[in-house]
Amino acid sequence: MLKVDLTIKIAGEAGQGLQTMGQLLSRAFAHQGFFVFSNQVIQSRIRGGHNWFQVRVCSERVLAPASTTDILVALDKESSCHLKELTKNSIIIFDSSLFKMADSFAIGLDIPLGRIASENGGNRIMSNTVAVGAILGLLEFDMDVLSGLIKESFGEKDMQVADVNIKIARAGYDLAYRKVPCNRLPQIKEKTGQPKMFVGGSESVALGALAAGCQFISAYPMSPSTGIMTYLASKQDKCHVVVEQSEDEIASINIALGAAFAGVRAMTASAGGGFALMVEGLSLAGMTETPVVIVVAQRPAPATGLPTRTAQEDLEFVIHAGHGEFPRLVVAPATIEDAFYETARAFNIAEKYRIPVLILSDQFIADSAVTIDDLDFNKVNIERSLMSEEELKTVKDYKSCLITRSGVSPRALPGNPYCFVTADSDEHDETGRITEDVDFMRPEMVKKRNRKNLGLLKEARPPKWYGPRDAKNVLIGWGSTFGPLREAIDLLNAEKEKTALVHFTDVWPLNEKHFGFLKKVKFAAVAENNFTAQFARLITRTTGIVIKNTINKFNGLPFEATEIIKAYKGLRRKNG
Amino acid sequence: MADLGSLGKFETAWCPGCGDFGVLDAVKDAFVKLDLDMHKTVLVSGIGQAAKLPQYLNCNFFNGLHGRSIPVATGIKIANKNLNVIVTSGDGDIYGEGGNHFIHAIRRNIDITVIVHNNQVYGLTKGQASPTSDPGFVTKVQTHGVISEPFHPLSAAIALGAGFVARSFSGDKDHISQMIQDGVKYRGFSLIDCLQPCVTFNKKNNFVWYKQRIYKLGTDHDAHDKLKAFEKALEWGDKIPVGVIYHDGRPSYEDACGLMTEKALIDQDVSGPVRIRPILKEFL
Repeated sequence: MLKVDLTIKIAGEAGQGLQTMGQLLSRAFAHQGFFVFSNQVIQSRIRGGHNWFQVRVCSERVLAPASTTDILVALDKESSCHLKELTKNSIIIFDSSLFKMADSFAIGLDIPLGRIASENGGNRIMSNTVAVGAILGLLEFDMDVLSGLIKESFGEKDMQVADVNIKIARAGYDLAYRKVPCNRLPQIKEKTGQPKMFVGGSESVALGALAAGCQFISAYPMSPSTGIMTYLASKQDKCHVVVEQSEDEIASINIALGAAFAGVRAMTASAGGGFALMVEGLSLAGMTETPVVIVVAQRPAPATGLPTRTAQEDLEFVIHAGHGEFPRLVVAPATIEDAFYETARAFNIAEKYRIPVLILSDQFIADSAVTIDDLDFNKVNIERSLMSEEELKTVKDYKSCLITRSGVSPRALPGNPYCFVTADSDEHDETGRITEDVDFMRPEMVKKRNRKNLGLLKEARPPKWYGPRDAKNVLIGWGSTFGPLREAIDLLNAEKEKTALVHFTDVWPLNEKHFGFLKKVKFAAVAENNFTAQFARLITRTTGIVIKNTINKFNGLPFEATEIIKAYKGLRRKNG
Repeated sequence: MADLGSLGKFETAWCPGCGDFGVLDAVKDAFVKLDLDMHKTVLVSGIGQAAKLPQYLNCNFFNGLHGRSIPVATGIKIANKNLNVIVTSGDGDIYGEGGNHFIHAIRRNIDITVIVHNNQVYGLTKGQASPTSDPGFVTKVQTHGVISEPFHPLSAAIALGAGFVARSFSGDKDHISQMIQDGVKYRGFSLIDCLQPCVTFNKKNNFVWYKQRIYKLGTDHDAHDKLKAFEKALEWGDKIPVGVIYHDGRPSYEDACGLMTEKALIDQDVSGPVRIRPILKEFL
């Protein structure tokens, strides 16, 4: 089979249907068994500006965007900023009746998108459908597959609209099919495997929550986290999950804590700014030992920052957030698929230890989508860690905050007929009632709560090692950067630069034992999407080892493999 | 079921003569008269002297953060609609720090009963003005007297669409008890603003001051008439009415939500694969 690695970039203003096009294309490729990775770069506005949606279609697993573009659909004049990404075999689809395309060495395909749409029973807004047709024409893709997907997306109710769209897409298709004499793009005619699922990052988190039995989310909309509540809301009737749009993030976490205290699995989600408002509530979760899952989808900050771009700037904030000392687990999913399993796991650990668990994702995960073969439910077990009816019946003198060796007190729920359940934000005794006994109870309670850290250190999983086992040079990463880092490793090893990736998903608490590799390697560099190298600093704090080689990208865009390689080689020359 | 003995007797952190004692007695009385199943009842409070009330009862309770009792209570009720959820906190907690939650809980019409111990002053932080302090009230912080207009909880609640709005006075146990009983029975958000003296920090609005002004609303007051209710809600000064100021009906959150009509959320089966297998095909 021919190796395919093709990137299509659809660029234009907000409101031109870039996302709809990108989704449709991605699903078409996924349907034919290809691997697809899509991501979007958008401005924080409803109309206008310059945005792009890119779809990378590959014959092998792909988890990152490419740095070059093979097909550029230029829907506005600003799109010329992408010309530098083109190669001599790239093709630009544009409409010269709208704007004059800047000169480029790439191949131009001038199609009157709006006119074609109008002439075929649609209107100018459907220009994007013409473009989708044209892209697939260039690739000699099976037009019937596209027609099927269009029908499916409009459903039986809108058959007429679906037919118009199919007609328009076909017109675009015909204008591109074998119309470009020197078209050297790969042809994507044949099905390469079973249809794959195409899942977005926010959807994956939401599905993980549903799989874990989560029944409640309270959240306030904030990019890039909003997709989670939106997806759950779309499934509330089918899956019986209550979605409450709270008045503010302070309410979000407190409502979630109330629901969790009463016994349903509950979560909230926000970006760093919204999470900042939740911080007192996080501390309340720690003090009352109420299990809750909090998703923090990072975006560049401080303050409002870049609302629709990506960053890994909130790691130190999230691990330290909250006044006082209390345990928490922080998990940063490496991929979209990972986000499903990690979210499900978060609910179990939150209840097992009666702690807050934070899912630390970012805009790159939230707004990307990827093909997944299937989600494995055998890996998702719901473990509620609640007292059984039998235990409740026989328990005498139940104490909500019983001091135990593990630090975890057996958990009963209010409403049971056998005992009362209490939670107190004040320091309290084992019965959960306020105390100011500084000689005994206060220190014992502090120790009890923080003893959970010992269990959490055991729960924390070692990093993934990707690449040659015996590599002496390593890149270290955490969270969403896995895709680009993995690709960098593949490329480096293909160049005979033996390098491995050591990638962390469980980022707090960190277990010193998981850093043994640092003593065996000759060269290590930490790559992350922030300015101050937060994870590198956490490694030092955990191990005492200072890693001075860091690769930091903080302009709001995700890493691309090629730039990681360039930075890595530069550091190797200098320090390696 | 609730009886005075099993509700317990605890040592309190309140000042002798505090209005909180009257409210606590009334709460107990109301629970007994309602014959509440205490195992199906949760008290929620924030921070302040009033918020300590649940500590002095044998009951389920969540004593949360300052100003955040209403959202916690909301979450509890959403998770398990079969629980009686009762908030008891002060004026600073509910009307000041938690003002935004007060507004939106009323809009949601979540079926909780909120008892506000309103003594028009901050006690636990030692005597600063509260959102309901009268203009001119001098404190160590408001040294020239309060210049802000007081927050009017009853008229605000009515304006926001609350369906059960009442006022009572800590000096009349039977009256508070009756208001609490009616509030708990009401299906939706119920507010009971309970005026009470702060013997330590509010030397103006003391027991005698209230006693001279308070009068009970009679049968001539039509609590279903919104405009009349506004009039009574705003009456303050020489005469202060107590009783059910406004009473109306609209669907509570739990009824309107549609996802807990038959069973409480907590009683629903949510085993993972069964729940989401069918929606996964949408991703193909």
